[in-house]
Amino acid sequence: MDIQKTVENKKLTIVLSGRLDTTTAPQLEEEMKASVDGIEELYFDFAELEYISSAGLRVLLTAQKIMNAQGKMVIRNVNETISEVFEITGFADILTVE
Amino acid sequence: MLKEITLDATIENIGTVSAFVDEELESNDCPMKAQMQIDIAIDELFGNIAHYAYPEKDGEATVKVDFSENPAAVIITFIDSGIPYNPLENADPDITLSAEERAIGGLGIFMVKKQMDKMTYEYRDNKNILTIIKNF
Repeated sequence: MDIQKTVENKKLTIVLSGRLDTTTAPQLEEEMKASVDGIEELYFDFAELEYISSAGLRVLLTAQKIMNAQGKMVIRNVNETISEVFEITGFADILTVE
Repeated sequence: MLKEITLDATIENIGTVSAFVDEELESNDCPMKAQMQIDIAIDELFGNIAHYAYPEKDGEATVKVDFSENPAAVIITFIDSGIPYNPLENADPDITLSAEERAIGGLGIFMVKKQMDKMTYEYRDNKNILTIIKNF
């Protein structure tokens, strides 16, 4: 999975390409740990993300909890498969998806 | 035509299983969305076998892929000789809980149950046999 990060003041944007699953979720977790201190706005762009498994949801949940305390988190450009996963699992109510 | 692969049940091999199944799905014109949902199922189910089936040492798992015509569907079976475990007995997670209250346990199986058309389990000849069916 490809991870592209951009930081502008207290805004962090993460663009993911590929799949967020058991194999790649640890990678995102590492990136998050390294970058999230002091960040008030976290934006995820999922335009190039094919799908997400429960391992990926785990990392997103951790990120959401961190950002609930620091500011806000928004996920953009989810495809139909990912949108349905969020609905089925109730994550649509926990995450902010635009 | 039934195709199968037997390999070590490790996290590293999830990709190998997905590639094997994806090739069969593409040759049978499986729609993209169904393919992605099946890839998610493989990540969850093979991942569970890799994590939990063989606590003492490594073990193997077999994945079989077959297709039916009426209705058009793919049938994927996961077989392992590890600890007897029926994932269908898992209680569904409470999906109404807030971020602070949420647990992740059980979410994977729940996602597979919701995205596949059918999921069955049996324990036979000392093997866990888990079958998922996706219509397309």
